[in-house]
Amino acid sequence: MIKKQMIIKNKTGLHARPAAVFVEIADRFESEIDLTFEGVTVNAKSIIGVLSLGIGRGDMITLTIDGPDEKEAMAAMEEIVENKFGENGGFDENDPIR
Amino acid sequence: MKDKKISVVEIINKFSLQVLAGNAEDKYITVSDIKRPGIELAGFWKYFAPERVQLLGRTEISFLQELDRPTLKERIKRFLSYDLSCIIIARNLEVPDILIKEADKRAIPLLRTPISTTRFLSLLTNYLEEVLAPEKTIHGVLVDIYGIGVLISGKSGIGKSETAIQLVKRGHRLVADDVIIVKKIGERELIGMAPEVSRYFLEIRGIGIINVRTLFGAGAVQDSSVINMIAKLEFWDEDKFYERLGLDNNYDTIMGIDIPEVIIPVKPGRNLAMVLEVAAMNMRMKSMGYNAALDFSAKVNDKMRGR
Repeated sequence: MIKKQMIIKNKTGLHARPAAVFVEIADRFESEIDLTFEGVTVNAKSIIGVLSLGIGRGDMITLTIDGPDEKEAMAAMEEIVENKFGENGGFDENDPIR
Repeated sequence: MKDKKISVVEIINKFSLQVLAGNAEDKYITVSDIKRPGIELAGFWKYFAPERVQLLGRTEISFLQELDRPTLKERIKRFLSYDLSCIIIARNLEVPDILIKEADKRAIPLLRTPISTTRFLSLLTNYLEEVLAPEKTIHGVLVDIYGIGVLISGKSGIGKSETAIQLVKRGHRLVADDVIIVKKIGERELIGMAPEVSRYFLEIRGIGIINVRTLFGAGAVQDSSVINMIAKLEFWDEDKFYERLGLDNNYDTIMGIDIPEVIIPVKPGRNLAMVLEVAAMNMRMKSMGYNAALDFSAKVNDKMRGR
């Protein structure tokens, strides 16, 4: 089991589209991935779970990954958070629900 | 699990309490036990529990009235020297002026209700037990099937939400999808509900997020439910043993409470909604004292004895 804290840096936080990207990446791995924010833990593969945490820019999240591909999963999750969910590359700046 | 608390202001509003003295702001209650401080007011402070709500009824108030002035003053001062969350007087009883004066001085809320002491004690205890119940967030889907709260658990992508929708189509109710807040009420019961933000929402892969209440109506959802059983979905494993008789009960423990668990192997084409309906009905029969597997094996035994 590995555990890591990271800070959400993209403009809109872990909302709609970035959350979908986050969940999509998490879903590719077999390991269990838990996302903890302000004492509440949800399954990082669940869009309902991730969205309901209401994580904004600058918030600190904790990822706990357990399973056969935990190292690769952590690297991928870190990369996507670090790249701000591909925010400027992938999404339209003016999309109102982004 | 987070430490929970409730503000005294909320208690005042909830029970329409009269504020006689002190200041209720920034005062919080963290335990559901209630203290009737009779023996302390008589001078024995060894086991005093100042963190509890202090409730004074006829016994305590008439005892105070019988004390001589210096003793009364000393006891009241001692009583209020603790950092009390609030003091509540029952039956609209008259309060000794010194108690009002000291409560104001120490800014401890002194409140009053017309309700009788024992009755108010049980009302307040029930309320506090519910709001201060330990809470935990778990992953899974909670559905009410024939009045039985079934927690569907299992890995992401195994089909929990799809099963829930099938159940809703068959007339059952969705309580929470993916994120369930579980409250432990007393020592025996778990209540599950959705966080307010995700209530009525459910995700179906390939479609996205849907609102079950707007799609299927108010009868398709329920705000909270007791968790009576767990149905754990697992990919069918040819080498694994699955329950064939149902003679033994398996349990899983959530927050220290044992909940009966059935493990349901998932195979393409298996009608999971129907399987879960049967599991819930069977659970109901078991809770009514009937076990089909026991009944069946008893009949077999009878037949063998008759030979």
